[in-house]
Amino acid sequence: MRRLATALTLLLLLALPSSAMTAESGILAWGGDTEGGAPYMFQDPRDLDSLIGYEVEIVEALAEKMGLEPRFVQNGWDNLIPGLERHLYDISIDGLEITPEHRDVVDFSMPYYVTYLQLGVRRDNFDINDLEDCRGRIVGTLKQSYSQFVLESVGGVEIRTYEDEVNAYSDLVNGRLEATLFDAPIALYYGGPMREVKFVGPEIGRIEYGIAVRKGEEELLRAVNGALLELRDSGELRTILERWNLWNPLTARALEDYGPARTEPVMYTRWVADLQPELTWKDRLNRYLSFLPTLGRAALTTMKVSLASMVLAIVLGLVLALLRVFGPKPLSTLSMLYVETIRGTPVLIQLFFIFYGLPNVGIRLDPFTAGALGLGLNYAAYEAEIYRAGLLSVPKGQMEAALGLGMTRNQALHHVVVPQAVRLVLPPVTNDFISLLKDSSLVSVITLVDLTKAYGQLATTYYDYFGTGLVVAAIYLLLGLPFVRLARWTEAKMALSLGVPGKGRKKENELDLHHF
Amino acid sequence: MEERGKALITVRDLRKSFDDEDVLVGVSIDIREGDLVSIIGPSGCVKSTFLRCLNGLEILDSGTVSIGDVTLTRTSPEERPGRAFMEATHELRKEVGIVFQGFNLFPHKTVLENVMLAPVVVKGCGREEARNEALRLLGKVGLEGYAHRYPVTLSGGQAQRAAIARALAMSPRVMLYDEPTSALDPELVGEVLQVMKDLDDEGMTQVIVTHEMRFAREASDYVVFMDRGEIVEVADGDEMFTAPRNERTRDFLRHLVGVLP
Repeated sequence: MRRLATALTLLLLLALPSSAMTAESGILAWGGDTEGGAPYMFQDPRDLDSLIGYEVEIVEALAEKMGLEPRFVQNGWDNLIPGLERHLYDISIDGLEITPEHRDVVDFSMPYYVTYLQLGVRRDNFDINDLEDCRGRIVGTLKQSYSQFVLESVGGVEIRTYEDEVNAYSDLVNGRLEATLFDAPIALYYGGPMREVKFVGPEIGRIEYGIAVRKGEEELLRAVNGALLELRDSGELRTILERWNLWNPLTARALEDYGPARTEPVMYTRWVADLQPELTWKDRLNRYLSFLPTLGRAALTTMKVSLASMVLAIVLGLVLALLRVFGPKPLSTLSMLYVETIRGTPVLIQLFFIFYGLPNVGIRLDPFTAGALGLGLNYAAYEAEIYRAGLLSVPKGQMEAALGLGMTRNQALHHVVVPQAVRLVLPPVTNDFISLLKDSSLVSVITLVDLTKAYGQLATTYYDYFGTGLVVAAIYLLLGLPFVRLARWTEAKMALSLGVPGKGRKKENELDLHHF
Repeated sequence: MEERGKALITVRDLRKSFDDEDVLVGVSIDIREGDLVSIIGPSGCVKSTFLRCLNGLEILDSGTVSIGDVTLTRTSPEERPGRAFMEATHELRKEVGIVFQGFNLFPHKTVLENVMLAPVVVKGCGREEARNEALRLLGKVGLEGYAHRYPVTLSGGQAQRAAIARALAMSPRVMLYDEPTSALDPELVGEVLQVMKDLDDEGMTQVIVTHEMRFAREASDYVVFMDRGEIVEVADGDEMFTAPRNERTRDFLRHLVGVLP
């Protein structure tokens, strides 16, 4: 299969300008989520720069038939359809189910794969044999999925929803769950290799995966369907599905291809072989070392987004605080309203609004700008409150002394009040930055691959949330460390120059802090 | 009170109230160039408010304050202080230096920077020029060696002298002092009073709200007694402290131990 190293690297390094993503001649931009995991699309455990999965192979074959160059665009699975409407890519393919709800917002190609839901239980469980037996039991599934809907319609099932399948199967094994219900491909790849798990019961429901295309793009839809038919007729589609051990009777019927199996499930075999749980410490260490380039790039994104948004937050926060404390009444009220509105709504919704909502009024920002803007505008509200406290704690006599010397109000603020307020708030502001560094993980919802997103991708690829989690946590700590030190340092300096008792008097003579 | 020169400060029917409390109920006085005037009276905000009206830190409700060529005037509290009024206030402050009870030095700047700041920011002086002038003024108030210290490391007397140097750096025609020695340890009061006496010798016009009765008596050209929002009596030091004419003045002074017989 062809490597997507270039596309992926590009994505990790750059915030892709959205307008360039779509309708470019000769390019088929397709959106998917690498964190979705096997067998759909995931980073190759043997080469992290390479993206593999049966959907990757399908879309590459598809593009070839269409005479286009495929280009991958990362986006969170929940946002694949909004991203399509936002013109981040031309098509989306990532196990998107053809449902009436989805049909309302996008058009679908003919189904390229049909599957079902698979019930899984512990090997020693003989009580649960089908969906009906799940009443009164604790069953895990993916949140907001078709399987969740099916479980709800059974009634009386205690449903636990998960962000990812790995943790659900772990909980099944360790006893937190009594059963799991997942799309068959997920069950096969994540539950299948586990010795403690067995699959029970018949095929449940019917799930058709289709390629999503924006409404009204008839020509593209026709081209996609035409290429899919060609892939069916030539047997290439079936070969791909068989390589991944996914060929099943439902699909055979849908594609009207009833012949016996022709291709070995090589990719499935390879996946199982790579799951070797008995790694030596040295192997583990080597694996984690191999994560570093990926995590390094992600850490860079995290750092860039955090720094950009912090700069915005610090500047805007100061302006808001000044308006609130010293501005004329209407502006002061506006500033207060801003702070209360922003603080009172989730930052996640603000990010969505900026990235997916603003294009409706013609403002289309690239992911990096949108992310930095969203976090910056949000944190500005918090910084404003810190500054306000700082401004209010500068004694009134300071302003009076400055005015008494003939300064204007603005000169007094600029030279006397604000510098003191800033010194006072430096420690809490630095502290906030550490918190922003972690909140920046939210930008993964608008297609940026930051540390947390990279963590999800690697953990899904290697089935290893524990070790990967420790490595990523360590990186977050390292990133935050300089700012922890900065906070300490500013605190000490502040004590010196503002005469906080205790520290300031230690060096009575020859203080050389003119420029602090 | 003999005529020594023309009035530099003219106050006519100055009124000011906070909420419903009348603080100044019609104050008029002329202060001549070069005078050193002490204002005494019972505790309360009357004296300070009067002083702060002289440089616009409090906006007068009605009346007129003229210092040199600048005049602040307002006919009633309902009249909104307009742009012209605020500009005049700003002009006035450039003519008038003020020194506070609590010093109000800028803690994030060294003593030298405290003194240099206003000339650079307000007058647009070059840094070198402002620095030289600041060092000269620091020498004058006896703080030669303290230019690079931070205010927090100074004693109260040193801090207040630095504050005086800071006000002088704007070359004001009038210096106002709002209880300049009240926050000082007793042994440090003298050094600050001495600076004011030196300035008086140079002909500076100074108005001092003070509780230092001996200083008021000995150093002032005349003493003003204020009570309940008005000027009750104006007299030279000896007369005020030995033979006050007004009953309220006598009452006040009688309660100060050792002032009146």
